[in-house]
Amino acid sequence: MSEERIIIRFMAARKVASLLSAALVIASIVLLGVKGLNFGLDFTGGTLIEVIYEESVPLQEVRNSLAEEGFENAIVVNFGSDTDVLVRLPQGMSPELGDQVLSVLEAGSPGGVELRRIEFVGPQVGEELREQGGLAVLLALIVVLIYVAMRFQLKFAFGAVAALGHDVIITLGVFSLVGWDFDLTVLAAVLAVIGYSLNDSIVVADRIRENLRGMRGHTPLEIIDISLTDTLGRTLVTSGTTLLVLIALALVGGEMIHSFALALLVGIAVGTYSSIYVVASLLVAMKISQEDLVVPEKEGAEVDELP
Amino acid sequence: MLNKYPLWKNLLIMAVLGIGLLYASPNLYRPDPAVQISGDSSGMEITAVQMNKLSAALDAQGIEHFGAEPGEDGRSGLVRLTHSDDQLRAQKVIQRALGDGYVVALNLASNTPKWLSDLGAEAMKLGLDLSGGVHFLLEVDTDSAIATRLEHYTTGIKKALREDRIRGLINLSEEGAIRGKFRTEEARDKALALIRKEYRELTAQRVDSKGEDAVFYMEAILSEAKRKEIEDYAVSQNLTTLRNRVNELGVSEPLVQRQGRNRIVVELPGIQDTAEAKRILGKTANLEFRLEARYDADASDREQFQFRNPGRGEPSAWLERDVVITGERVANAQASFDENGMPQVSITLDSEGGTMMHRVTRHNINRRLGVLFIERKSRTSYSTDEAGQEQVTRIPYDEKKIISLATIRDALGVQFRITGLDAPGEAAELALLLRAGALAAPIDFVEERTVGPSLGAENIEKGLLSVQIGLGLVAVFMVIYYRVFGVVSVIALAFNIVVMVGCMSLLGATLTLPGIAGIVLTVGMAVDANVLIFSRIREEIAAGQSPQQAINTGYGRAFVTIMDANITTLIVAVILYAVGTGPVRGFAVTLSLGIITSMFTAIMGTRAVVNLIYGGRRVTKLAI
Repeated sequence: MSEERIIIRFMAARKVASLLSAALVIASIVLLGVKGLNFGLDFTGGTLIEVIYEESVPLQEVRNSLAEEGFENAIVVNFGSDTDVLVRLPQGMSPELGDQVLSVLEAGSPGGVELRRIEFVGPQVGEELREQGGLAVLLALIVVLIYVAMRFQLKFAFGAVAALGHDVIITLGVFSLVGWDFDLTVLAAVLAVIGYSLNDSIVVADRIRENLRGMRGHTPLEIIDISLTDTLGRTLVTSGTTLLVLIALALVGGEMIHSFALALLVGIAVGTYSSIYVVASLLVAMKISQEDLVVPEKEGAEVDELP
Repeated sequence: MLNKYPLWKNLLIMAVLGIGLLYASPNLYRPDPAVQISGDSSGMEITAVQMNKLSAALDAQGIEHFGAEPGEDGRSGLVRLTHSDDQLRAQKVIQRALGDGYVVALNLASNTPKWLSDLGAEAMKLGLDLSGGVHFLLEVDTDSAIATRLEHYTTGIKKALREDRIRGLINLSEEGAIRGKFRTEEARDKALALIRKEYRELTAQRVDSKGEDAVFYMEAILSEAKRKEIEDYAVSQNLTTLRNRVNELGVSEPLVQRQGRNRIVVELPGIQDTAEAKRILGKTANLEFRLEARYDADASDREQFQFRNPGRGEPSAWLERDVVITGERVANAQASFDENGMPQVSITLDSEGGTMMHRVTRHNINRRLGVLFIERKSRTSYSTDEAGQEQVTRIPYDEKKIISLATIRDALGVQFRITGLDAPGEAAELALLLRAGALAAPIDFVEERTVGPSLGAENIEKGLLSVQIGLGLVAVFMVIYYRVFGVVSVIALAFNIVVMVGCMSLLGATLTLPGIAGIVLTVGMAVDANVLIFSRIREEIAAGQSPQQAINTGYGRAFVTIMDANITTLIVAVILYAVGTGPVRGFAVTLSLGIITSMFTAIMGTRAVVNLIYGGRRVTKLAI
């Protein structure tokens, strides 16, 4: 290893970073507790109808005609363009509702309307999906904890899982703050964030482990700085390419996966930061040292599987 | 030698690429919009006659079409249209030209060349969010099925005890146990013996009277296994019924599938009229049990009906107008074998049905009892209103056909059998029809997702566009940043998409919008492995290694990291698949496939190309 290379002193700023992370996590939790998530139809249950009018109509007119037919509580908004109208009705309604609303909308427009989609989710299904979603996130975290603890070491596992929790909570916090719809695809995105952020944390942890074993005469703090510097290029390039495609997805992918792309954008931006600071700072806080990794013969076995 | 792949590795990579290309290629052939026709009943043949007729009708309306020909099995025919906008109009024109008795459905006709489809290569199926269509999730009310069954038992037991002059109080508890209270021990034991003999599916036992004098208790409960059987039965009965009804709707490639303990998914691609679909799915068929009319019966008292499956002599029979019982009274019907190993169908009625059946049959032994299967169908008629607009009206009517006509050998009660069936298959079909006609456990719609065709088409278009843009951006970035190696990784990335699409087509996976998002995300993440390898190689060169060595150590060292990182992501994707439903699953499938294929292409694929460029020769400088 060359001696003259640049080492960025990441860990010098770890206290500031930890404070920032803690503040963001707490703020997110408070937001989630006070404001909550703007759950989409998948989780609340209810009926949603999207139609396209031949030419734009004033939403108030649509609301009025719906109210006349007894749908006073309908939420009517434009979706994507001003000819595209989305009608949402709260839960506790019957599945026939979609067709009834559709016929009201059709009657109110001389040129007729084109049906884009109807979605009806019964209340019990919504509740189940909510439960399943929470369960999936929890399960993912636990399995990851076990895998990383087995492949690396418990301190790394805690670091990685803390980073995941950090990313998920802040992503949810942003969704709560901005009030974006949280539906099934966003949940999938949150789980994908877990996968992605983990990927990042593992690459960093892997390098820290390698350097802890291979480099002598450095303090753990220095080794972490060296490792972070080593992987910084890769972290930024990978996040960069992923963010590039996500921006493409968010801009041209259409309304139906817009929030999915947004969730991933936020999650991956936060995940990139957390893979640098959260994992490493926690390792320092847990006083990681060479002694934590005294099973070198295992490494030898794996190097054999070269491609 | 360093950085030379053995021949077999190169061949393996070529083979994977070749197979990937082969199986991905059907996706390039866009299917034609088409209209499919088939007969209403299974025996009907579709020949060139019908096809010529509909072709002429389409010509008359100026709808451009081609390739109207009957299918190979002779049961359906397909006509391809030039413009997909014409599909709905063509469907109406054809329906009108052929008249009732034909199912006319929108379809997509595959354009995959024959040699490809012979190899099993077919284009990916599109999810409803891409093709447009209706998705229903129905829930079978199994609790009510069990509750009804328990009530049948309770009233049946009460009646049986009364008939045998066993005095006691029988009632159904809230927890679903049938409780009995008796004055004497003898009465209790008699009742127990009776229940054990007549109701084998119940577990009946004595209950301690806890010190009370001259009071004796018993309790009969449904075993857990029996409970599950009733639930399964209710669900599968509904499944069968729903399948029949979906066929009636005339949708190409429908999906009716059980999901979880008591749910049923129905997916109907391309259907427009959801109200109609819901009406048909939610309706009930029915049964009527009627005695065969005597020869001397008055004409006003008898009615003639066709057999549903003619073929054994008589095509029709005369039945009385009076109905003994209807399908609501049928609790169960099952095909089995009698003591002599002959096929039979056992029918269970509820207690009221049993009483009515008994009352009628005990005086009519040796006459024949017919079972009528009633289906609600509709006839279409066309008229023109004052404004010159064509009006389509559907007139619903009941179609009644005889499914069984058997001689009454004995007075019938709650349980009886239909014997004299020729084959086990016949028994199974009769049981199925009886069950389909009986009122199944109620079903509720718990979820509906309808996507219009225009939204579906738009979703495909936008999805593809984002894949292209994403891939383009990543390619530009990689080439600028890693030069020759960047080019190599972009080749691998394109290869990865081909293999992914090939795998999905081969596995018969369904492409959904979140699935496309998964592909886009894979594009972004797949280069990660290359970034890891390339930055390692750069490091090794900086550390003073020779180019050849740097390549070798770079790939070697990055491998472990890539494995660890990808396996954890794969774990998350698998959890996503296991826990998720619908859209989430589509995403999980492409994500996990993408992880696996990208490991192959990004590690082995790029290595092969790099070896080809640099391997086995003196290299002084790497363009990285």
